[in-house]
Amino acid sequence: MRTILTGIQMLEFVPPALVLLTGAALIGAVRGTARTLVVLIAPLLTLLLVWYVPNGVVFEVAFLDYVIEPVEGSPVRRLFALIFALMALVGGLYAYRQAAWHELAAAYAYAAGAIGVSFAGDLVTLFIYWEVMAIFSTIIVWCGASRGVKAAGIRYAIMHLLGGIILMIGIEGLAVRTGSIDLRPIKAEDLYSWMILIGVLVNAAAPPVSAWLADAYPRSSPTGSVFLSAFTTKAAVLALILLFPGESVLIGIGLFMVVYGILYALLENDIRRILAYSVVNQVGFMVCAVGIGTATALNGAATHAFAHIIYKALLFMSAGVVVYRTGMNRCTDVGGLFRTMPVTAICGIVGALAISGFPLTSGFTTKTLISQAATQESMLFVYFMLTAASAGVFLHAGIKFPWFVFFQRDSGLRPKDAPWNMALAMMIFAFLCILIGVAPDLLYSLLPHPVQYQAYTPGNVLFYLQLLLFSGLAFFLLLPLMKRTLTISLDVDWLWRALLPRAMRQVARAGYWIGQPVLASALKSLHGLQKIASTLLSSSSASSHTRHSGFFARAWSIGSTARAVAVLLTVYVLVYLLS
Amino acid sequence: MVDEDKEHWLARRATIKKLWWGFSALLAITVLAQFLIHVKGYFIVDGWFGFGAVYGFFACLAMVLIAKGIGFFLKRKEGYYEGEDDSDGHTNA
Repeated sequence: MRTILTGIQMLEFVPPALVLLTGAALIGAVRGTARTLVVLIAPLLTLLLVWYVPNGVVFEVAFLDYVIEPVEGSPVRRLFALIFALMALVGGLYAYRQAAWHELAAAYAYAAGAIGVSFAGDLVTLFIYWEVMAIFSTIIVWCGASRGVKAAGIRYAIMHLLGGIILMIGIEGLAVRTGSIDLRPIKAEDLYSWMILIGVLVNAAAPPVSAWLADAYPRSSPTGSVFLSAFTTKAAVLALILLFPGESVLIGIGLFMVVYGILYALLENDIRRILAYSVVNQVGFMVCAVGIGTATALNGAATHAFAHIIYKALLFMSAGVVVYRTGMNRCTDVGGLFRTMPVTAICGIVGALAISGFPLTSGFTTKTLISQAATQESMLFVYFMLTAASAGVFLHAGIKFPWFVFFQRDSGLRPKDAPWNMALAMMIFAFLCILIGVAPDLLYSLLPHPVQYQAYTPGNVLFYLQLLLFSGLAFFLLLPLMKRTLTISLDVDWLWRALLPRAMRQVARAGYWIGQPVLASALKSLHGLQKIASTLLSSSSASSHTRHSGFFARAWSIGSTARAVAVLLTVYVLVYLLS
Repeated sequence: MVDEDKEHWLARRATIKKLWWGFSALLAITVLAQFLIHVKGYFIVDGWFGFGAVYGFFACLAMVLIAKGIGFFLKRKEGYYEGEDDSDGHTNA
């Protein structure tokens, strides 16, 4: 008994992120069955370790004048790490037979980065894992095969590296000012704390740079987008919970993201880009909740992030199977797939109901907690915006995704249903969506603050049923207005994708007009120089080295050469002796 | 036109008609049920009869129209960015 206990106590000192990182490295090192075992066991082991991380700083290392705390536990940190590890496990199951090994390895390293962020006790550790996520998520983007993926990956990397630099400057400034790198709640009040906030918000896909998400995610492979949807934005939400709870500017930013996500998703034709915009929308709910900052709101942000990772991954899995089986990305290319893909369709619908917050699904028991927080603080505008957005979520993701992909019209496509591992992964997540919906206390008990909220009162259920069902009615009545078009929608990234290259071409052209006369006169003076040089150096003809050649080009007699060398040597020796 | 009998039962016109009837009935029930079930209004108006239904419908209507409106300015052909900045060697199809 004692040995088992000490064994578990020993486990506390193993950073869970390192286990998953080791797993990622092993995926590249082994093959065949061994690789499958690594894919399944590494996240399971990580899950176990995450569960046993105790509250408080587990161990610390001195670094220069600072204290590095690689692992610090708390309920909200464990909750996020738990869902990140679970995501790696089920995502690994979903992907391991279809994805390239380097994509799988990158995905596990990426998940390890997210888990490392979850337990980071200081800002330096946070930053290191932050960059681990940036690097390996870029690799996942590059594993995609769609058109323009290389350039999109570079844009993605630049955005995250820039965000990382802003974060780093903020951290250093804060460290110099306060003498501490401890990760604790701060106020955005000076330049450096603002830079930390901005650096974190870049990863949360906040405005004005929300576009990176919808630009990169849909271009990754069908399996890659499942991993991408889970980690970066939610790790940013956790960082906001830990660093900026109650920072009121986040309320406005969150509401903007909520509306942005809906409007852009409504305009979109690419199946996975609809889901990508809806990630921004859902993260907006969480950012807004962190801005409200009360115990209920922070509970809401954490629990909604947990539920969101599951149903959003489920939606991306369902869409991924469609892309994998048909090779098509656009709503206008597919339709009527429910005939031959019942499992994928049903799992997709469960995910769609969950994201919409239908009663009996996870979205209902988690998102309403955020609305509850708004009512407790008497935030009328926020409450009505969030309620309208809940209706809008059903509109843009809840019905739009399953309708255009699985129903709509008969596209004539008869693809096979999901391969068994993909189907199993979807079923596990679909089950969890419903489990959290019918037994929310399982999740509530893991939250940082005690929950005094009852989602299932008859009045609450009826209100949301009215809201959602009439949104459904609106969808079908407005269908003619929502005809899909072969278009994309411009975003702020137009500035650097179109305007910047155009401006640079203009600058180059202007440079040419200004530079050309200057260059011409320079050439003229060069010609003059050349003439002078040629009179001194050049030989007029190859045959004779006569007096007609330039001074230095003439063939000198041996005597005069020796004389010149002797003079030079004398001068050299004199200078040497005199100095 | 596809032969109705060969069509999947869910895609038959008769089924779709039935679904619309069922959906309409469900809509009516959720509103009428408010006679029996008290909906707590946190800000008074949200407790009004049928508020959820009206709010949900008009919120969606507004969002679709706004999306249409901004789409008018922001929508571009799919190949808009290609050829401008994509260095992958793809050309506009």
